[in-house]
Parts: sequence; C-alpha cells; structure tokens
Amino acid sequence: MFQQVMNFLSLWALPAIILLILTMGLIKKIPIYEVFTDGAKDGFKVAVNIIPYLVAIIVAISMFRASGIIESAEILFSGILSKLHIPADVLPLMIVRPLSGSAALGVFSDIANGADSYATKLAAVMVGSSETTFYVLAVYFGAIGISKIRYALIVGLLADIIGFAAAICVCNFL
Amino acid sequence: MNYIFYLLILVSIIFGAINGKLTDVVNAILSGAELSVKVAFSLIGIMAFWLGMMKIAEKCGLIEIISKIIKPVTKKLFNEIPENSPAIGDIAMNFSANALGLTNAATPIGIKAMEELQKHNIDKTSASNAMCMLLAINTAGFQLIPATVIAILIGIGYKNPTNIIAPTLLVTTIAFISAIILAKIFEKIWTKQTATSDYANKIQVKGGETCSSK
Repeated sequence: MFQQVMNFLSLWALPAIILLILTMGLIKKIPIYEVFTDGAKDGFKVAVNIIPYLVAIIVAISMFRASGIIESAEILFSGILSKLHIPADVLPLMIVRPLSGSAALGVFSDIANGADSYATKLAAVMVGSSETTFYVLAVYFGAIGISKIRYALIVGLLADIIGFAAAICVCNFL
Repeated sequence: MNYIFYLLILVSIIFGAINGKLTDVVNAILSGAELSVKVAFSLIGIMAFWLGMMKIAEKCGLIEIISKIIKPVTKKLFNEIPENSPAIGDIAMNFSANALGLTNAATPIGIKAMEELQKHNIDKTSASNAMCMLLAINTAGFQLIPATVIAILIGIGYKNPTNIIAPTLLVTTIAFISAIILAKIFEKIWTKQTATSDYANKIQVKGGETCSSK
C-alpha cells in the first residue's frame, strides 16, 4: 500500500508541480513564456560558474580513488570491522559514498551480487540514506561563488558517519 | 577547504607512489577535469528549465504561499533570513523535490535558494549559517524512496527489494535530523562571519537599515 502511494507520488509529482506553476501563472495574468525564458537565461551562467569548483573537487577525488588508498584501508581495518559486524566490502562504500555518487553505485553493485545477504542489505540502506556530500557542496556553493565553506563539510561528513552507524544498528536489529 | 584540497591530493600522490599507481593518479587528473565539465554542461539544460519555472512560481505568488505554510519550521532553522524572503519558499521546494527523489529538479531549485540566501549574506565569499543549514539538509540526502538502489536490487534479482524501504527511511531520518542538530550546534561554536567592508558601507548608505533584496 505504502509502495503504491509512493509510486503514484513519484510519477505525478513533477507533472503536477509544473502544471500548478503554469496554471497559477496564467490565472494571475503573468506572461509565462516571457518570464520563463527570462529566468532560464541564468541556466548557462550558473552551470559555467560551477566549473572551477567542480574541477577542484572532482579532480582531487579522482586522484584519491586512483591512488588505491581505499583498497589499502580495507586491508588495514578488516580486523576491527569484523568485530563491529561490518562486512569488509562495505568499508570502501563508506569511504566512497560522500566522494562520488557513480563510484558508490559501482561499489554497491559489486557488493550486491544476487545473494540476499546482510552485506547487500546494509550496503543498500547506506547508499539509499545518504548523499554525495562533496559533490553537493561543490555545486551549491560553487554556483554562488562561496570558497570559505566554514563548518559545512564537517557537518555533512559527521551526519554521514551517524547515518552509517545508524544503518549498522538498524540492519543488525531489524 | 584549503587543507582538504591539499590533503586529498597529497595523500593520493603518496599512496599512489606506495601502491605503484602513480600513472593512474596522473591520468585521473585528466579524466576528472573532463568529467567536471561534462557534469557542469549536463546541468545547463535542466538548470535553465527549472530556473524558468521557478521564476514563474515566484512571480505568481506560489513561492510566497509555500513560504507561509512552512514558516514555523524555517523560522527556527533559518532564523537569520527575513520571513518574506523568496529563499524560504525555494528551500521548501528544494526539500520536497529531494524527498520525492526528483534530483534533477532539486539541484537547480537548491541553487536558486542559495542565490537568495547570498543576498542576505554579510560576506559574499564565505558560507552564512543559513547556507550551511541548507547544505546540511541537502547532503543528508533525505529521500522517501531510494529508487536507484531498488532498481539495482531488482536488476541483480534480490528477492524482496522493497524490504529495504523501511530501514532506509528510518536511517535517512536519523541522519537528516542529526545533520540539522549538528548544523545548529556548529552555528553556535564556530567563528562568526565578519561583514566585509563592502557590505558595511552598503548598510551605512541606507542609514543603518538592513539592505533589501531588491
């Protein structure tokens, strides 16, 4: 039942929002075509503004992943992880998740290999409940030219860690 | 950010050398740079579309209506932002789009919200408390249905992919609430922003009034 409601919502959310905006614009006698194109003009500018910030973050993260450090960490921490009921495969996922969305999905696909295992479920919950923190930060702050990020990254990463810990607890007890 | 940027690259080069993967690390510079531009350019179209839509939504008063509805919540979370700012409505739209898994709509709307917050920022190069809060809400990745994950699980023949919905929703809620609480805590303990001389002059010219968004 919940599933059906959610499917319906995600199918109709976009068309409903678009229709609502346009209808309300017409009722209020707004020249919607002109206003739309006027607003849309900024699309290119915003995307171009983001480029330097994205290059900095994505290049650094690409280098980090290529260096093989994640695999090294997996070997190093495997002992501690097994004590905490964390399958060793899940560690790379936890490291990669805030760094790169596509890489995280790649690691997740490697873990989820058909078996209804604890590792698959844990990895699925971790991926589904978090975001690519570094990417969101680069895009959102890059668009408005913010370079001093203050505590934004710390909060994002701490929240990710809490989320991962919660995922481990929830998957162990539910 | 300066240290994080330096550390990420330093660690990559050191570990690349240890693991004998230095060539891969160097190649990653090119592929990463290329990917960044691809990502930015892939945003142009959808960004233009939603910025256009949001402009209509703002002009016809829809954003204002949404702002009024969620005022009790946003007043606490974004207490530096004036109640009538369009930022509040944009933030609400950004959150709803994220919750429904509409990432393509959420990002442009979120950026628009950031632009509105920037108008109230006292130092245009550093992130205001409100911006950090909006970012925390976004990086927490609150989502009602993890559609991508379920699609992958279905793809590999996982028996009951929908089994993960309830635990994911529980975990994502915990992470989301933690992010908000953490942002509020750090807001109190972190060094305050100092107004740039540019902004201070602006206020003086207006006779001590806070500068309006117009």
